[in-house]
Amino acid sequence: MSREHINCEELIEQLFVYLDRELEGGTCTAIDHHLARCRECFSRVEFERQLRDRIGDAGIEKAPERLRMRVKALLDEY
Amino acid sequence: MPTTDIHKQSPPGCAAHRQLFEDTVTRLMDRLYGAALRLARDPDDAEDIVAEALGQAWGKLDQLRDPGQLEAWLFRILNNCFIDACRRRRSRQDRETELEEAEFEDEAFSLFEQLHQPFLLWWGTPESEFIGKLLREDIQRALDGLPDAFRVVIVLVEIEGYTYEECARLLDVPLGTVRSRLSRARSLLQKALWQQGREAGLVPAGRHRPVAKHGGAS
Repeated sequence: MSREHINCEELIEQLFVYLDRELEGGTCTAIDHHLARCRECFSRVEFERQLRDRIGDAGIEKAPERLRMRVKALLDEY
Repeated sequence: MPTTDIHKQSPPGCAAHRQLFEDTVTRLMDRLYGAALRLARDPDDAEDIVAEALGQAWGKLDQLRDPGQLEAWLFRILNNCFIDACRRRRSRQDRETELEEAEFEDEAFSLFEQLHQPFLLWWGTPESEFIGKLLREDIQRALDGLPDAFRVVIVLVEIEGYTYEECARLLDVPLGTVRSRLSRARSLLQKALWQQGREAGLVPAGRHRPVAKHGGAS
């Protein structure tokens, strides 16, 4: 899908694909233009971005010292 | 990106290689372990996956042609170790428990639709406040509660930044399957967060709205 204008419903359908950076340039530009003038869609996209950031944070976890030692021992074996 | 042979400057197994590898692993350890923990859910399994992945990576470091790709390469090996562990467990248990397509309701759920109040646009944003009040543990619990097939695609795409195509290749499923799993995963994740939020008193207990379309720019 590549087009100059996009409406709210179409944007919501493409929302996650847009955030996943899987859309081709023309549609991205249409969404960017829409977001510059639609407060409702802008709020929605910002919400999903915030949530995504929080989910991303959940992927970082302090590794146990035991694991660090185990990896060091593995390297020493070679 | 130009390809640089990691072994042109120094031979495999030399001190410089080990230093590069160790420095990278030290820098990435919390992310590698975090990704493994979100994938496997069990701390002991996560440790085994990371150790296995790093052992494999170190053992075949001479296959890496571009040192700039070391980080992506380590995550790829980590994910493969997890997938292999799932497949081994599945064959041991002789039943489809991992990475299978499960039956779930198809109704899409949107946290935003539940929380957003258009008339408050200028005075407050309950949806952002809700996210601000979510604990790290809330998100981990919601992620851990997802069925394997759905949890894995969320971890790969939203935590590790995989493209749909990379995801499809790794999981050996069609691109359309990645898309549909991702969509259902997000719906289930948001529903779980909504339910947890209600239990924690972050939203009024009786509040539950059907998903509504809004009017705006067209």
